[in-house]
Order: sequence, then C-alpha cells, then structure tokens
Amino acid sequence: MLSRTADNLFWMARHIERAENTARVLDVAHRSSLLPLDMEGTEAYLWYAPLNITGCAAGYEIKYGLARADTVTLYMALDPDNPSSIYSCLKSARENARSVRGAITSEMWEVINATWLELNRLVSRMQREKFPDFFDWVKDRSHLFRGVTLGTILKDIALSFVKLGTFLERADNTARILDVKYHILLPSVHDVGGAADYYQWGALLRSVSAFEAYRKIYRDGISPRRVAELLILRDDMPRSLHACMNEVEAALIDINGSSGREARRRAGEQHAALHFGLIEDVFSQGLHEYLTDFLEHTDLLGREIGNAYLSRRDHFETIPVRGSMQVQ
Amino acid sequence: MNAKPTKNYFNEMRAEDGAVREIYRRYADWLADLPDGTLERKCAEAELLFRRLGITFAVYGEAAGSERLIPFDIVPRIFGAGEWRRLELGLKQRVRALNAFLHDIYHDQEIIKAGVISARQVLDNVLYRREMQGVDLPNQVYAHIAGIDLVRVAENDFYVLEDNLRTPSGVSYMLENRNTMMRLFPELFAGHAVEPVEHYPQMLLETLREAAPTHVSDPVIVVMTPGSYNSAYFEHAFLASQMGVELVEGQDLFVHQRKVYMYTTDGPQQVHVIYRRVDDDFLDPLAFRPDSTLGVPGLLDAYCSGNVVLANGVGAGVADDKSTYLYVPEMIRFYLGEAPLLSNVPTWRLSEQDDLKYVLAHLPELVVKEVQGSGGYGMLVGPTSSKAEIEAYRQRILAEPATFIAQPTLALSACPTMVESGVAPRHVDLRPFVLSGKEIRLVPGGLTRVALSEGSLVVNSSQGGGTKDTWVLED
Repeated sequence: MLSRTADNLFWMARHIERAENTARVLDVAHRSSLLPLDMEGTEAYLWYAPLNITGCAAGYEIKYGLARADTVTLYMALDPDNPSSIYSCLKSARENARSVRGAITSEMWEVINATWLELNRLVSRMQREKFPDFFDWVKDRSHLFRGVTLGTILKDIALSFVKLGTFLERADNTARILDVKYHILLPSVHDVGGAADYYQWGALLRSVSAFEAYRKIYRDGISPRRVAELLILRDDMPRSLHACMNEVEAALIDINGSSGREARRRAGEQHAALHFGLIEDVFSQGLHEYLTDFLEHTDLLGREIGNAYLSRRDHFETIPVRGSMQVQ
Repeated sequence: MNAKPTKNYFNEMRAEDGAVREIYRRYADWLADLPDGTLERKCAEAELLFRRLGITFAVYGEAAGSERLIPFDIVPRIFGAGEWRRLELGLKQRVRALNAFLHDIYHDQEIIKAGVISARQVLDNVLYRREMQGVDLPNQVYAHIAGIDLVRVAENDFYVLEDNLRTPSGVSYMLENRNTMMRLFPELFAGHAVEPVEHYPQMLLETLREAAPTHVSDPVIVVMTPGSYNSAYFEHAFLASQMGVELVEGQDLFVHQRKVYMYTTDGPQQVHVIYRRVDDDFLDPLAFRPDSTLGVPGLLDAYCSGNVVLANGVGAGVADDKSTYLYVPEMIRFYLGEAPLLSNVPTWRLSEQDDLKYVLAHLPELVVKEVQGSGGYGMLVGPTSSKAEIEAYRQRILAEPATFIAQPTLALSACPTMVESGVAPRHVDLRPFVLSGKEIRLVPGGLTRVALSEGSLVVNSSQGGGTKDTWVLED
C-alpha cells in the first residue's frame, strides 16, 4: 500500500475517533454542569476539564479567556479555528477520505461525506439546548462509520491502518479522561462515597460508555480502584487501555513488514504491561504518574508508526539501527 | 468559405414535420405515459445521488476547494447501432493516423519531407518535445487515451471539433451517468437494448497493460493525479479504484537509477505504467517547469530510457493543437492511404493574411478560438456576443493573429433535455473515448455534453454545460 494512502487511512480513523471522544467529553461536562456548582467548584473550574483533556486550553484562553460553558462548548464543538474541534476533526476526516477514495469503499465515503454535509447544515442552526442531541449525533456517526467500515471493507492492511488509527486515538483519549479526573479517584478530603464523588465517578464512567459495564462486573458501590481497573486493565471493556492496545498490537502484526519491527516491539511491550499489570502497582506508582507514562509511550509508538509506514522512506539507504532506542 | 446558417439545426428526436424519429419512438412513448411530476422528482433524486456520492468537480476561479455538481440531464441521447458503427470506424481511423503522425515526427519526419506539413508547424510548436526525438515507445502509441469531440450537423454529417490527446477527461461521467440512469429508470433499460459501457475501466486496464515496457510481463500500473484539488480528481480516484490500481501523486514516486518507484508501507515498489493526468509541463521539474511540485524529478529520464511508460506519452499535444488539427485529414491520407471517414470543421487560420481579413470582417457570425486553449475558456462565439465583447476580442486577435483559428458557427444538433419549462431541445456534442494499445478499442457511446440554456452552443462543463447518458441501441 502507498505510504500516503496508509497515512490518510490512519488519520481518517483518528479524526473520527477524536470527534467522538470530544463529543463524549463535552457531553459529560454538560451533564456535570447541571449539578449544583458547589459540588464541583466554580464554572471555570468545571469547564477547564474538557479543555485540558483535549489539550486545547491554550488556544481557548487566547480567544476567550476564562472558561465558560457556552464558549468552551462552541470552541470545542464547532470552531473551525480550533484544529481539534469536532468540526475540524470531521472536516479533516473527510479530506483524508477524499484523498484515498480509491482505497476505501464507496459506502465508507458516503458516510463520511454525508456527515460533513449534514454537519454544515447543523452548524448554521445550532442552539444551546440542541448540543446534547448534537453530541449524540456525532457519536452515532462515528459508530456508523465503524460499522460500515467493518461491514464493507476488504480485510487487508487498509483495515489494519484504520484500526490502528482508531485504537491508538481511543487509548490516548481514555488515558487523558482518566488523568484529568484522577483527583476524584484518589481518597479525597470529602467522605469517600459522598454524593458528589458518586456523581463524578458515574459521569466519568458514562463518558466512556462504561457505567453499565461497571454495574454488571462489580455489582456494588463505585470505588476508585475498580474504576481505574476497569478502564485500564480490563480487556473486555471496549474503551479500556488494555482493549485498545490489544487491537493496536494485532493491527501491527497484520501489517507486518520489516520496517515495522520497532513499532511492533513497542506495542508489544505496552500491551504486555497492561496484560500482566496489577492495579495495586498502578496505584503504588501513582495513577497520574502511571497515565503520564502511558501517554508518553503511546505518543512514541505513534511516531514510530509514522516513521515505519506512513512517511516516505527510500529503502535503498541502509535501514538505521534502532537498538539504541530500546531502553525506556 | 462561407459560414453556414445557424438557425436550422438537426433535431435528433424529431423530424422536420415534428414526427418522432424511429430511434426515439419507444422512449417518446414511455415519456408520454409518464405521470405528471415524475421527471421533476427523478431530477431531484439524481441530484441527491450525485451529491452524496461526491461526484463533483472544482471550478477554477471560484473559492479554493469549492465543489460543484455538473448538471446531469435525465433524458438520454440515443444512437442507432448503424450510426454508431460508422462513427466508430471513423474514430479508429483518425486515432490510428494521429498516433502514426506522432511516431513519425518524433522519428524520421517523413510527413515533413513529403511537404504535407511544414517543419515550422511541427518543430516550432511549443507542444513539440525535443526530448522525445528518437525515443521508441511500445506499439508506437503516444495517445493511449484519446477524447475526440464530435458535433452533428445533419442526419449523416458529423464533424470532428477537436482531438484531445493529452489528458482528456469526462469518462467517469459517462460511467456514472449510465449508473444513475439505471438506478432511476430500470424500466427503460428493460424496454431498450442499450449497449453497455460499464466495461470501460477493464478496457482501459487492458490498454495500459499492453502499453507496458516490452520486457515486463506483469506490469505495475498506477494512475497519477495532481491531487485532490484538481478539477477532475473525482475521475482520477474513480478510475484507479475501478481498475484496482494505486492512485498516486508526484510525491508518492521517486526515480532511482532510471527506474520509477512508489513509496509503500512495505518499502519501494517499481512502477511500469503511469496513467498520468498531469500535464507534460508539470511531470518532471528537472526536465520541464522547475517550480512544479506535482511531478517527479528524473521521471522523463526514466521514461526515455524505456523503464516506464507514460500514458499519454510526452509530446502528444503537438498533434491535438488546434492549428495541427487542420492537417489531420491529410495525415489519414498520408499514413493510411485512406479517405477520411470523419470530416474536420472548415477552419480559417488567422496566421494567413486572407483568412485573417475574412474573419475580421465576419466576427459576429464566427467562433474564434485560441490555438492552444481548451475547456471553452477564452473563445468568442460571435452570434451570442455583444458588440463590446466582439471589439475587445478583435483587439486580442490583432495583437497576435497566429494564435487564433476561426470556424463557422455550427448548427449543433439538439436533443430533448429536461429544463424548467419541461422537455425541450438543447444543443449537444459528443466525446467518445478511443483507447490504443496493441489494438484500438472503444465502448459504444461516450460523454454527451449539453448546453442547458436555450440557443447556447457552449457545452463545456466549466461554462455551465451539463451531461447526458448516451445510448447506443443494439440492432
């Protein structure tokens, strides 16, 4: 497969997944904002969380200053100036898809193109109270894209690059959501099990569609350790770090090729750490430290995938020795 | 030469007495039985279909990246099998002669030695590529894909308007138009034996395989596009996916030891045939325009070494230039020893004093074109232009007369077309696509372009023209 094609497939999937995750993060913030403010703090405090999770706080502050519900929502959902807004992600996904129309099925293209056309129609008539519906719509379109992809595309490496993009992005997002909310998972000065904590944990679980799964698996009160365990180590939880790295590793094995050796090694290492990890060790390292470490590794893995497959490499040059990079 | 009258045109559906011609009879009956509002509804459906599929083209001069639909007309244009067979023979003959001409002028130049065409006409043409002199191409084919624009002026009279031998486009519309018609009107196809065109991509693939360097048994073929902002990008992507080959941009290719490779996820892979939709000028910054970022450094060198074949070949433009066009009937006699089956439109060369004088005196009745223009840009249609426009154009001609040709305003035939007031005749042309490999092939039909405003003769999509499905009925 052409490197540029693989690059576009990978980013098409990442952009769609990112749009979905941004919708999830905003949705939770909206739900939380319905709580009495003293449970979470000031409005600004509450609305910094989504900005921090998606890493666009700096851009926001330049434009709007203090975090406010309406402007944060607008900036993260519809602002074309924000490269990680839902609008920008869906636009980029469509441009990626357009560049590789020959490599995706016409059904996939139609979903992405129709999403883009519909988005432009929605943007012009968006009102505040319509945002929850909008977030649901974004999630639906993302689900539809994945369903159509699995239902129509040939199971060759094109699909592997789509999966790679989807799950790398999802792992990154779940880790970020957890990291920004980690303080509520630590024993707090409030009574553990208080109403606010309960609500926050619930919101966190809901934002990654894990509330029902939690109920099913644990059947008792929400505890920080279990929430972390579910979202980090359980491989049967579709948005957990472990489940995502399962898919990333499998995709890399399918793609294969001599140049991907280092990417496969890194993915295998990250996967093994999750596969054999214990939640006690996560907490003794410190959840924040653990997640920071995970995000760093995920970023490095993403770069390595870029080097190995997505950029233009002239293999008539000798392949550089990568042994020196192996110590982490 | 005298200009022909433009008022009387050939109506392809109705004879002069208003009776429906035999070939349209079934369609006309079907149309007459259609409940009111059905066609309008189908039009809306077609538009939605095209928009959702993203069958759009970019219009130069509008905001960057803006996409528009080419208006699709839902009334088919119909040819009979006999009519088509005559056209087919004429098209094959013409393309055979054009390829023979290109091979000749890049080798021994017999046609110049014989005095049929002047050395100046060929060698001073900016589209003549010195680099190609003496380069041997497989099957001696330069124009693998030719789009020959035809207009009809009477029942049995067709003129060739121009030959497109560089990167002719539009074939994806021919295919999508058929596809759309079959989705919208399955019952019409059940009642008519319409010759299929769907196998065009397969035919193109065969042609490209035959074009491969002779020593390569299983060639790697790619389609090369200038990128997703090109006006015909949809078509490039469409053809690549229909043929099951990679769609590459210049940045995806590199040259190593005079061979061309593409960057893949599994390392470099050699490429043998490039169906390029990039103009000569932009192909190779080392050989042509140094500022081109669309091309591949060293590509021309690899091509001239015989390690890769470009379709169409470099330098084919010298044969489709509007001033060379005048000589095509002579080429057919010279190379094939045959009488031309398709005629040229009578043409004045403004480089000739007498022609220039006549044309300047008759501008309001003529069509004037730039010799190297294409796409309907920069042409004057005398009868539909204002006095001021004509005078402005006169100044352009006087500044550089040799860069223009003029033709009578042809009475293009008209076909029934869906317009606001209902179904009414509108002027059309036809672009069949002729493929040259070891043999010459074409699918029955082509792209019919239609001028949607009443009386208009400009069918180019860039100028507001639309397209129609073109049917050739089996006997």
